[in-house]
Amino acid sequence: MPLAYSELRQRTKARDRSLRDKVMSLEEAAKLVQDGDHLAVGGCTASRTPFAMIWALVRAQKRGLTVSRSIMSTEGDIFYASGLSQHLITSWFSQGIVWGVSKVMRAYTESGRARFEEWSHMAMGLRYRAGAMGVPFLPMRSMLGSDVLGRVSGGSAGPADPAFAAAKTMECPFTGETLLLVPALNPDVAIIHVQRCDPYGNAQLDGLTFMDIDIAMAANKVILTTERVVSNEQIRRQPDQTKIGFFTVDAVVEVPFGCAPHECYGLYEPFYSHMDMYAQMTARDPEAGARDYLERFYHEPKTWADYLSRIGMAELIDAQRRGSAIHDD
Amino acid sequence: MTTDSALDAPARIQAPDALPAPDAPPAYTASELLAVMSARLLKEGQTVFAGVGIPLLAAILAQKTRAPGLTILFEGGVIGPFVEAGKLPPSTNEQRCTRRANMLVSITEVLLMLQRGYVDVGFMGGAQIDRFGNLNSSFIGDPAHPKIRLPGTGGGNDIASLADMIVAMKHEKRRFVEKVDFITSPGFLDGGDTRAQAGLPAGGMFRVVTDLGIMGFDAVTKAMTVLALHPGVTAQAIKANTGFDLPVPADAPVTEPPTELELSILRELDPQRLYTA
Repeated sequence: MPLAYSELRQRTKARDRSLRDKVMSLEEAAKLVQDGDHLAVGGCTASRTPFAMIWALVRAQKRGLTVSRSIMSTEGDIFYASGLSQHLITSWFSQGIVWGVSKVMRAYTESGRARFEEWSHMAMGLRYRAGAMGVPFLPMRSMLGSDVLGRVSGGSAGPADPAFAAAKTMECPFTGETLLLVPALNPDVAIIHVQRCDPYGNAQLDGLTFMDIDIAMAANKVILTTERVVSNEQIRRQPDQTKIGFFTVDAVVEVPFGCAPHECYGLYEPFYSHMDMYAQMTARDPEAGARDYLERFYHEPKTWADYLSRIGMAELIDAQRRGSAIHDD
Repeated sequence: MTTDSALDAPARIQAPDALPAPDAPPAYTASELLAVMSARLLKEGQTVFAGVGIPLLAAILAQKTRAPGLTILFEGGVIGPFVEAGKLPPSTNEQRCTRRANMLVSITEVLLMLQRGYVDVGFMGGAQIDRFGNLNSSFIGDPAHPKIRLPGTGGGNDIASLADMIVAMKHEKRRFVEKVDFITSPGFLDGGDTRAQAGLPAGGMFRVVTDLGIMGFDAVTKAMTVLALHPGVTAQAIKANTGFDLPVPADAPVTEPPTELELSILRELDPQRLYTA
């Protein structure tokens, strides 16, 4: 069920939405996430994945989260393997087409130990948008007739899981056509990585914005991680570039290379050698491989800089060189 | 990219007159054949919603040959890019997708272009397809206890629900099945007018391009039928690789094999053979 409107308004009213300095550490920001929360993750596939925040949440041993994202890549594996979540809501989930189907995802979902709740990509977008608009649903014209709908509606086309949020069809009151209504998502917390923002949380995004603007508006708390914290003066010189407004933001954490080993537009591309290494580590025994990976990259490093050191300077420089090359073209 | 000298070359380069001897190794891979045959279906001026892999390669190949003004859309929110040769994106959501684009928008916005009717062709691959063009990329086996959990729809369901579709995939019996295990992306559902009845009045399957031939769909029954066979492919061979009764007209034409130019462009695009191995 979508969150009741009165509850949504109450939660918003209860937040300190003033223009104030929200800069804090990853560890402090992790305290804003409670066990059992619905966590929405910004970016898409291997782009602007807020890995530093995910790293902090795994280290803080969060449990029972429902996690949603437009498309999930290796962070989805991390959510399952770390025990942070057994319920992911997304439209597509695997490391990436060049690496094939995620073996970690397969291990957890095929054994029934974890859920992968599948909606169409546009449905994910409109669910966040409905949340951002403060309405309980939006109508749309895809998913109809498919088993993707069957699984999330309890219809005849597939084995519906009653725990899934339901989509419903309706006859349009104006035209009589069949439309699909998808329920709003109002995440408890959104984690979004940006190229730069000010201490208040006014964020500028370069390149692809994915669903992040709607996610920030829909969520009841927003944690921004950012490559750089810039002055509020800089933001005010180009207010047309502000994509996420301070009023939605509850925490700002400065984390250079905060998407590693994924991409941050204009700054670094995915760390391909590391992504290949991850795929190899999880190829034969996916669960043991993922556990090893978590140990080496999530638990042993004590700081984000330690994590980056483990990935390696050569990888960092290579990703940065490829990433910044779009400015040379 | 539009100044590429390759653009005006197709008229000068003719397809070979004779087929290679039957025992000679093919001069191209199955994936290259798929990309070439799919690219030829795209027309100048069209707007194409493309997935990565073969659809992306085919769309760029079309841009570099017969359709320099082809507008490619990526579900990451990209309108009209010219992707750089040798720098193919790993998905439709990385910065490599955005090179020389006309416009970047949110994911939701670019998908809504489908719903609004601004997309001429949707173009993607598929793991499993059935007689009525329904595609499965979610589950192999019973969805309640799947043998394989696949990555899912992504934008596939939205594209297939709202645009005329070209699907490029390998032609294998295990992929061409009587009924898909799960309808991820709708084709013509149960055939006839069942698609429209389900609330999908627009779009639908247009062509299925495989390494054996090119298929279309009957105007009334909406069942798949062969339109053309690739060089050296017999009616028996295509039937034997299909898990349902696939009609092959006796006078089915044979496609022109890939030209050297088409193959050289593809190999320049994907030198690491990410998508064409």
